[in-house]
Amino acid sequence: MKFAVIRFPGSNCDQDCVASINGLDGLRAEYVWHKETSLDDFGAIVLPGGFAYGDYLRCGAIARFSPIMKAVISDAHAGKLVLGTCNGFQILCEAGLLPGALVRNRSLRFVCDMVTTRVEVDDSPFTHGCPKGALLRLPVAHGEGCFYVDPETLRELNANQQVILRYADRQGRIVSGANPNGSIENIAGICNREGNVFGLMPHPDRASDARLDSADGAKIFRSMLQTITAGRTATAPERVKQVA
Amino acid sequence: MSRQMPTADPVVTPELVKQHGLTSEEFERIKKILGREPNFTELGIFSVMWSEHCSYKNSRKELKKFPIAAPNILVKAGEENAGVVDIGDGWAIAFKMESHNHPSAIEPFQGAATGVGGIIRDIFTMGARPEFCLNSLRFGPITAENPKSEIRNLKLAENRRLFTGVVSGIAHYGNCVGIPTIGGEIYFDESFEGNPLVNVFCLGVLRREQLARATAKGVGNPVFYVGSETGRDGLAGAAFASRELTEQSREDRPAVQVGDPFKEKLLLEACLDLLAHDAIAGIQDMGAAGLACSTCETASRAGSGIEIDLAKVPKREPGMTPYEILLSESQERMLIIAKRGKENLVREIFAKWDVPCAEIGRVTDDGMMRVRNNDAIAAEIPAKPLAEEAPLYSREATPVAAAVSDRRIADLPKIDNRRALRQLLLDPTIASKNWVYRQYDHTVRTGTLVKPGSDAAVFFVRYANKILAATTDCNSFYCALDPRVGGKIAVAEAARNLTCSGAYPLAVTDCLNFGNPYKPENFWQLREAVEGIAEACRAFGTPVTGGNVSLYNESPAGVVDPTPTIAMVGLIDDEKHITTQWFKEPGDLIILVGRGIGFQPTSDRRDADATLLGGSQFLRVCHGLKIAPAPHVDLVHEIKVQNAVRDLIREGLVKSAHDCSEGGLAVAVAECCFNPEKLLGAEINLKAADTPATTVLFDESQSRIVISVARADLEKTESILREHGVLFQELGEVGGDTLSIRVNEETFRWQVADLYDDWCNAIRRTVEDETERIPSL
Repeated sequence: MKFAVIRFPGSNCDQDCVASINGLDGLRAEYVWHKETSLDDFGAIVLPGGFAYGDYLRCGAIARFSPIMKAVISDAHAGKLVLGTCNGFQILCEAGLLPGALVRNRSLRFVCDMVTTRVEVDDSPFTHGCPKGALLRLPVAHGEGCFYVDPETLRELNANQQVILRYADRQGRIVSGANPNGSIENIAGICNREGNVFGLMPHPDRASDARLDSADGAKIFRSMLQTITAGRTATAPERVKQVA
Repeated sequence: MSRQMPTADPVVTPELVKQHGLTSEEFERIKKILGREPNFTELGIFSVMWSEHCSYKNSRKELKKFPIAAPNILVKAGEENAGVVDIGDGWAIAFKMESHNHPSAIEPFQGAATGVGGIIRDIFTMGARPEFCLNSLRFGPITAENPKSEIRNLKLAENRRLFTGVVSGIAHYGNCVGIPTIGGEIYFDESFEGNPLVNVFCLGVLRREQLARATAKGVGNPVFYVGSETGRDGLAGAAFASRELTEQSREDRPAVQVGDPFKEKLLLEACLDLLAHDAIAGIQDMGAAGLACSTCETASRAGSGIEIDLAKVPKREPGMTPYEILLSESQERMLIIAKRGKENLVREIFAKWDVPCAEIGRVTDDGMMRVRNNDAIAAEIPAKPLAEEAPLYSREATPVAAAVSDRRIADLPKIDNRRALRQLLLDPTIASKNWVYRQYDHTVRTGTLVKPGSDAAVFFVRYANKILAATTDCNSFYCALDPRVGGKIAVAEAARNLTCSGAYPLAVTDCLNFGNPYKPENFWQLREAVEGIAEACRAFGTPVTGGNVSLYNESPAGVVDPTPTIAMVGLIDDEKHITTQWFKEPGDLIILVGRGIGFQPTSDRRDADATLLGGSQFLRVCHGLKIAPAPHVDLVHEIKVQNAVRDLIREGLVKSAHDCSEGGLAVAVAECCFNPEKLLGAEINLKAADTPATTVLFDESQSRIVISVARADLEKTESILREHGVLFQELGEVGGDTLSIRVNEETFRWQVADLYDDWCNAIRRTVEDETERIPSL
């Protein structure tokens, strides 16, 4: 089982994603150039961070038109696991695979720091090694990571348990001081209704080696592998039924 | 020149020659090289190639004093775009530092951004993958001493604009290209008002055999232009950088280039992709003096000639003259001399990355740089004399006497030492730079083992399995007081910072920022500093692998303090040796390695205690005094201290190590308390005979390192220090939540949380209105 790491022009965490995934036992990642059109050889898809197309126009706005995105969208609809980190999250929102938008940080400045996030659901395909309430230390580095959705969608996200991660303080409290970018309700990562597409602003790829202050990011990649090997993605449609 | 095309170019007159910054002697020399009068385009080419920025005509004789050779140096200073050092196991590093002072003074955001772009290109031109950046910045003051003065407030606002603009420019470019900015230094001082210094460093890693050369080798090989289209931006920027800044400099804004980090990223990946395919005979970036410089330099290095056709150069706008095309400093462009037969591969790779690519000429054997424009010849100049035979000057030098204080500490206005430490920690030069480095992506590439904020940044190059440490250092204030000593201290401190991080120093790159060399005082400062650096580099065995000279750093307000910035790179053998500056655990013992309290290098001075405070931040911040002498440095002793600490680290005895620099012992110990995971206090007890407490706390005596060790390791630590024959003294113990320093009978006490709050938030509170707290901790 291989992970596809999509390389858009301007992706700059593609190498980090491949290196961190390949550094974990039993996981393998390969680059897929954005001009490719098929992802059939891969069991999971990662959209890495960076500045795809220089973030011109709007983060992710041009990348969503890359040839590979057709395959990403159809594979996502078919239930394949798709992970978007940072710029990858922005692209997933622009592509309509995830609701909401990521806008300029409240500080109007780029922010690079280590943050604490709290796992908000008991069992997601991306965090099922981490019980609800578990804290993950993950780095952030972005200028446009302030998550916003309209109130109606926000209600749905909460009701459907689509909020996977929120920014928290070291004690796990959801407080404004722990929010690095002004995201609504401290949201750091969300999934789609079906649960197989996950976008987050923090970088699990930069936290998969204990030497880098945290290895919590590896839990997300491992969780994806476990989900796939257990054939759990097959249950995605059922999950849709449940939440509906 | 029979095929001279009809042009509207101006006629070359003595006036025009002067406007191009060339003297009449230099013009005669040009005529001799050409055997005729140059045309307008050729005059422009000579003007930029013989500008200080490109030719180092006023500094090269001085630069020859640097030690440049060592067995591990693969590419020496001056040979290529950057020096290359062997780090073992088939791996090598290429690194260099460059200034972008003038552009940043006029247009801080783009000036700084393109500075980052330029240095990154210098590194991947060598075939190396850029791994991280550092930067060394100088600005005018951003905090007010007298907030009532309106003129002063305007100046402060301007200084803040430059500071915040430069920081966002660096962030904008480096973050987008995806190269972490992991360290550096920032100083604020009046002398930089109107002329900030922006020095950017980049390091890359390569396989030894992948080393690329900037040469136009192989007659008949095709010459490719790759990267962004050429526009009219940055026209003659190199010449602009070789003048003083004046009130009119704003009109030079067209000489500042505009950068596009996205295009740089694509160019970087495409070039590294191509380099991996063995298709390149030579490669050089188009930086200063653009196409003109890259063509004649590659030909000159190879001893060949080169011929290009400007009609084939991708252009952004119509109607550009040969003069403009050749001298444009449009960013994100490279010149590639491909191997014959590999043309299609070059085109394929650049097409894959959507980067413009055009074959514009070929390598010839006649030693000429021949520039065609369709059928006409726009310029025809012997390449070697143009690139390498700029006149070299040794300017007149006159020593500058620095003000020496004859005041005793007792005569200075009384200052409460408790308040003085807080004032120092609040000073933007000493305060935490987190407001700055939080805007730089410093974790991309997943190698940053020690983040910005400790003595040196530590970076793990995963694929090479090598741990590197790097730092930039220069105390401009010391250099203003004594450029020779200041130069030595810059090297010593850089090495000390590396030592504290657990590394041994390998090599140095420098950025020499001085004033107009035609003024004898400025030239003297340059010479003194170079000689000081050369002596220290010899002592440490760290050759200078290259760098950059930036002269004419003068604004209407005056010349900048001389700033020979030193960037030093070191290697850490074992992950276990990585050491940070913060105390780790209550109960650990604190030891000062190096000469103890109240050491006086020149005992014959009447004003011994004031002497020790000469050049100190204490006098600058708390008394507004910049007075000599600069601290004394004894290189033999310095090396002993560093070797001792490095051995202790290798023995696994050192829990934290931090050098005493700006602000002296008190600031050093306070910074040790600021562990980002958990603040820790310390109890320190000093016997200082009759040295005043103020001197003990704040003097900036060199060659001192504060370490902490586990109590159980004390004996072993002391015996190793004795073996090394260095002085040391036990200062006290880590613990509690206060920092308490007792000097003789007097005790000074601070809440660490208060000190931390001052130090951590000083810059943010100065430049921002909001009261939002920084969420870490």
